[in-house]
Amino acid sequence: MAQIEKLKEVIEVALLTSSQPLAIEDLSRLFTDKTDRSTIRMLLDEIKNDWQDKSMNLVQVASGFRFQAKADFTEFLMRLTPDRIPSYSRAVMEVLAIIAYRQPVTRSDIEKIRGVSLNSNTLRQLIEREWVDIIGQKEVPGRPSLYATTKYFLNDFGLKSLSELPELNNTLEQEISNTNIDENVEENQEN
Amino acid sequence: MAIDRVVSGMSPTEKSLPKIYGENIDALPQDLYIPPDALEIYLDSFEGPLDLLIYLIRKNNIDILDIPMANLTNQYINYVEKMKAIKFELAADYLLMSAMLIEIKSRMLLPKPILEDDEDDPRAELVKKLIEYELMKDAAENLNVLPKVGNGIMIAQSYFEKTTEISYPDVSIDELFEAWKNVLKRAKQFEQHQINRSELSVREHMTIILRKLNEKDLLEFSNFFDSEKEPIPKLVVCFLAILELTKEGLIKINQQSSSSPIYLQLGEV
Repeated sequence: MAQIEKLKEVIEVALLTSSQPLAIEDLSRLFTDKTDRSTIRMLLDEIKNDWQDKSMNLVQVASGFRFQAKADFTEFLMRLTPDRIPSYSRAVMEVLAIIAYRQPVTRSDIEKIRGVSLNSNTLRQLIEREWVDIIGQKEVPGRPSLYATTKYFLNDFGLKSLSELPELNNTLEQEISNTNIDENVEENQEN
Repeated sequence: MAIDRVVSGMSPTEKSLPKIYGENIDALPQDLYIPPDALEIYLDSFEGPLDLLIYLIRKNNIDILDIPMANLTNQYINYVEKMKAIKFELAADYLLMSAMLIEIKSRMLLPKPILEDDEDDPRAELVKKLIEYELMKDAAENLNVLPKVGNGIMIAQSYFEKTTEISYPDVSIDELFEAWKNVLKRAKQFEQHQINRSELSVREHMTIILRKLNEKDLLEFSNFFDSEKEPIPKLVVCFLAILELTKEGLIKINQQSSSSPIYLQLGEV
């Protein structure tokens, strides 16, 4: 049993010293001999319990597990680095939202929703931040790139998967489905 | 806020409450975001931020036909002039909104073809677009307030000293010796050698050879070449001297049969 305690400590200290979330595969590389995924998972559960009453939580995000300060302490910690909080313009956040909720999307999909042409700088900021990347080409003339959000996006927003994104405004969504368009009428009008 | 006052010529006290058809609105809708430097519109039928006007038209609380577009456009242009230096992005947003209003209204004003189905609203597609954008703006706002790593989520990152223990590979004495031999071999290839003008003279060797032959009448060819002691250039010069002496008839070279020893002797003078 002493040995399993040691394993637990190794996993714990690895998580505490890592700058990136660690997946179970990463954690299994800590040990030279084969360690069961299920053992690691069990130990992670134990660590989670051990820390329950402390200042940090073991949480799972898209690419693995990490320790993060409990939300109650954020307010204090933020005072340490008040100037270093990066903030993005409304345009950038809107583009990010469209990519996050409507992915995969092309540039023109984004432009259609926002009604304005997309400044390439906006997309570049998101790609440089590694929140967004190109996952392929749409098989239409011009083969435009398809954009989607990355694992880092989920990590940074503390999400395990896209399904954990904040829900869209229900009443607005309702309104869209209630707004009927008869394509024929639209055509008639243009003639 | 000063900007709005310049645009509208209104005093700040009159500004704060939006009005529809001359009546004050008590509460702003909960699901509407109005930016701090919003474009305030002053018309007969509506007073307040443009964001609110769009919202109300969409909700069918205001008839778009009651909105004079030329007037609205003028107010917008004034607004852009003032905002140019401060928040151009916001001005762009309002351009979009105004353009959309104008499009909706122009569609309303154009004579409609007779529709069999009165359920279809010509504004439907535009409104749908508007709502989709509204939805995404809303979602963007939600994402923006979500805690993020470095801003709301603080992650653990303790320091650990990375010590790299140096482990030396095993080396056998044979390998070391092999390596040393390779070094020597390579060094040899890089050895410098200088080519000097030969200080050896053929004439001098001719004399030496003649002297030797004077002492003994007959000498074997190989006696002149001490290949173990003498450097190669000297051997060459010696050979050349022998050839030269032969040519001049000073010595003779004899061999009884092939592969028997070669002898040198003085030529008959």
